[in-house]
Amino acid sequence: MTTYKAGKYDVIVVGAGHAGCEAALACARMGLKTVVFTINLDSIALMPCNPAIGGPAKGHLVREVDALGGEMAVNTDKSLIQMKMLNTKKGPAVRALRAQTDKRIYQDSMKLTLERQDNLDVKQAEVVEIIVKNGKVQGVVTRTGAVFEGKAVIITTGVYLKSRIIIGEVNFSGGPSGLFPANRLSECLKGFGFELGRFKTDTSPRIDIRSIDFSKMTIQYGDEKIIPFSFTTPHIEIEQVPCWLTYTTEETKNIILDNIGRSPLFKGDIKGKGPRYCPSIEDKVVRFMDKPRHQVFIEPEGRTTTEIYVQGMNTSLPEDIQVKMIRTIPGLENAEIMRAGYGIEYDYIVPTQLKPNLETKTINGLFTAGQINGTSGYEEAAAQGIIAGINAALYVKGEEPLLLDRSDAYIGVLIDDLITKGIKEPYRMLTSRAEYRLILRQDNADLRLTEKGYRLGLIDEERYKKFLKKKEMIETELQRLTETKLTPTEEIQEKLTDELGSSPLKEPSNLIELLRRPEIKYDSLKVFDYDTQHELPREAKEQVEIQVKYKGYIEKQTNQISQFKRMESRKLPKDIDYDKIKGLRTEARENLKKVMPDSIGQASRISGVNPADISILLIYLEQQKRIRSAEDDK
Amino acid sequence: MSETDTIAAISTPLGEAGICIVRISGRDALNIAGEIFHAPKRKSIHEIPSRTINYGKIVDPLSGQAVDEVLLSVMKAPFTYTREDIVEINCHGGISASKKVLELVLEKGARLAEPGEFTKRAFLNGRIDLSQAEAVMDLISAKTDTALTLALSQLEGGLSKKIHLIMESLLSILANIEAVIDFPEEDIDEITTQQIIDTIGKSIEDIKGLLETSDTGKIIKEGLNTVIIGKPNVGKSSLLNALLDEKRAIVTNIPGTTRDIIEEFINIKGIPLKIVDTAGIRETEDIIERIGVEKTKEFLHKADLVLIMLDAADELTKEDILIMELVNDKRSIILINKSDLPQKLDEDEVYKMAGTNPVLKISVLENLGIDDLKQQIADMFFKGEIEQKGSVIITNIRHQDLLKKALNNLKDAENAVSLGMPLDLITIDIKEAYYKLGEIIGETVGDTIIDEIFSRFCVGK
Repeated sequence: MTTYKAGKYDVIVVGAGHAGCEAALACARMGLKTVVFTINLDSIALMPCNPAIGGPAKGHLVREVDALGGEMAVNTDKSLIQMKMLNTKKGPAVRALRAQTDKRIYQDSMKLTLERQDNLDVKQAEVVEIIVKNGKVQGVVTRTGAVFEGKAVIITTGVYLKSRIIIGEVNFSGGPSGLFPANRLSECLKGFGFELGRFKTDTSPRIDIRSIDFSKMTIQYGDEKIIPFSFTTPHIEIEQVPCWLTYTTEETKNIILDNIGRSPLFKGDIKGKGPRYCPSIEDKVVRFMDKPRHQVFIEPEGRTTTEIYVQGMNTSLPEDIQVKMIRTIPGLENAEIMRAGYGIEYDYIVPTQLKPNLETKTINGLFTAGQINGTSGYEEAAAQGIIAGINAALYVKGEEPLLLDRSDAYIGVLIDDLITKGIKEPYRMLTSRAEYRLILRQDNADLRLTEKGYRLGLIDEERYKKFLKKKEMIETELQRLTETKLTPTEEIQEKLTDELGSSPLKEPSNLIELLRRPEIKYDSLKVFDYDTQHELPREAKEQVEIQVKYKGYIEKQTNQISQFKRMESRKLPKDIDYDKIKGLRTEARENLKKVMPDSIGQASRISGVNPADISILLIYLEQQKRIRSAEDDK
Repeated sequence: MSETDTIAAISTPLGEAGICIVRISGRDALNIAGEIFHAPKRKSIHEIPSRTINYGKIVDPLSGQAVDEVLLSVMKAPFTYTREDIVEINCHGGISASKKVLELVLEKGARLAEPGEFTKRAFLNGRIDLSQAEAVMDLISAKTDTALTLALSQLEGGLSKKIHLIMESLLSILANIEAVIDFPEEDIDEITTQQIIDTIGKSIEDIKGLLETSDTGKIIKEGLNTVIIGKPNVGKSSLLNALLDEKRAIVTNIPGTTRDIIEEFINIKGIPLKIVDTAGIRETEDIIERIGVEKTKEFLHKADLVLIMLDAADELTKEDILIMELVNDKRSIILINKSDLPQKLDEDEVYKMAGTNPVLKISVLENLGIDDLKQQIADMFFKGEIEQKGSVIITNIRHQDLLKKALNNLKDAENAVSLGMPLDLITIDIKEAYYKLGEIIGETVGDTIIDEIFSRFCVGK
């Protein structure tokens, strides 16, 4: 093939999905000359599955990306058509925002953001080869022969590597939503010696809103007052679009079971491992045979389309069965399918081959992020995207990487899980994966990460000042609550018992102590608040209330975190030779060699590594240290 | 794992030496030991000069009772084996007393040392020469293997099964809570507060039950402390011999022949007994015998089981009544010996005094009722429900420590539920308890909650 020199960049991003967009923006915003490639310019920030962003743990990730200066939250705020705060009664750690978005607006506004970004070029091309010399990345080659030089390359190709679409007996090489696959890049990665695995996922049919009988379904509205995703969005006033809830029926089940022999999943045509948390309807029916019905959510894909997403009906069954099956659902008796559901199988890179900065261990300057690393979900992709982007930029600048650990952010949990534990199915973030989830709340993501984003240059001065102001307001208010003391006068006791339904004071107390009572909310303190000047913004109030009410638990987790941090700070040398360490058990030795952990802490999370192995590592480290210092003395 | 906490362990080989040493090393070693060590003249532990041996008692701060008489030495950092503050407590009361001392030390904030951890610290703190690094590593792996084998052998039988059952029920509520949290819009039945309270309450009871058996555990290892008591010449030594099947104690019909305390180990229906034949309790002028009587009282204090012997051919004497009063807080079996002879004893009175303690008629001379006695002993300790071999007993201090921690976590969770705390906070304590139990049976509990969610609930839209 004839090639030509097409340009030089600091960072090249391959793929413009949710990971690629964040990666490209982060690099460009950090001042690096960046280019982002996509197979099709109209597929930037595509949502090939459900039209929603957020939910438990996922919403947390979006907030964290925002606090670091990423785009996903801002873009969601621009394109949402419905917003809900979930889990409001289950506790501060697990409250989570979930937005229904207009897919088209989401894509268009993200595309425009990329196009308008300084230092960033956006190009349509299929990258087929990565150029590597002496273990260092040099650039990429496109299908049409253009050679782009780059100091760092970030691969964010999603599910496109060797992707295969499966609909019943029909299957063909192809990407999501009728797009092209990326076949050659997969071979190139294998050529470098990377271990690739194969996963599958599937999506549901889209139907025409005009063919739905909504009278047979339950309508579901968004929240009355929208809380925006981004810390930078002051408020959102829009007319929201509802969703609807209906259920599968006995008949749906029968159709599926009658045709299970035609299911590629059950016939064994699909070899890739699918996610347990997002099973296809045929999987749900077979595995939970006793369950009489399954929920089906009807979600609009946007304001300017009649396409409707049928959440809960992911399938790779043959198209004729999909039609029959859909029409057994109340309200969908006359449904017209516009796009059939499909299964998709794709290659992913086994993520234990990555370092915590998302750079590959074997090729310097080559980063991967998003679904290629075996995750699923737009939010998981964006979270990795921004980290890979930041670290590629830092790599080019020759600076220390940005590493988030399990106590800093869900992003840290996500990356640590990927690179330490490896994965057996497409990885989805869950709040139950975070051991310090009371500290990693969605409401305090800015308090946790804005400082880092600012130091990287991803948060501008104005936003940073606002952030400092918020912090100060929280501190001042906590101080004021501590200093405001109540004496048990008759008036106060009456307010407590009659107005607030609480018990009277036994001795003088401050407002903090009162706020700690389960029945007293921050806002109810107003009753005692003689200082009416104090009208805090909602976000600051929320922090004060959570920090006071759950102090005991927060302290418990903070103590656990300092233990954890101590282990993380014991670094393991990069050139450590585990074969030379006596006393390690074989399983531990093999797994340590595979993961090559960064720290003692990370080593302790590798499966098969027990406390005795860790003790031996500590002794070994001390031994090496003494040998070195003895040599220095000479 | 972290080197800043304070660790403790029994540092003498179990079951060999007569003296056991409980060693504490770390920043808080002195404070921890200070809380339970009572030196004569109430001297504070901080006044004790480094590298001296000091007499005193270890007192359980809760009950105020002395656990053991000990010799305690303080060795201040950095001139110690680990280069940290070290306190060593030399316990004289055998394994069970030293275990109790260790338990108290752990309750006061020390962590049970990992195998080889003192040596590890010694090395990490620069105490041991570099050339010995590999020897230290070998020691750690060897010790871990031994500890594992030991712990595993103790896990055989019912314990691991019981722990599994508790974990399963905790896992079941955890998975339910987590499923509801992570998949809020799925039609999963929301778990009710009552369900959570019931499960936690049940688990608390189960763990308490296991912890109660830790005393039985001690019995199994050391032998159940059994004291035979009765007025002179009632047949105590004969009973001991009958149980032993051999003539050991000097048996005469002269009251007061047994002047020394005679200890024997026997095995009754699989239960090892350490039986003590006492000198008769009686007001006496004989100074040698008086020592025996004083000792008897001491043994009674420690006894797990008392066999009170009465004479069927004699009337209930002042001495008999005194004896029965002396041991009324102990588990006892009242034996009416010489039941082959014409009876003078007022049986009704005996039953009245016996209360809930069983009364058996025997004749040592005729070998009558000895088997009934053996059966009675077995029944009392295993309530006839469990066989000795498969019985669930907590003998391992590590297990006990973890069980106690899990218990405290669950109590916190129970409290949080009653205060109306939200689900996400309640799970913090339940998870902690779950992990602690997992540590006992050596299971990695990493992703089990998530696995449980997916196997039990049809989630995912």
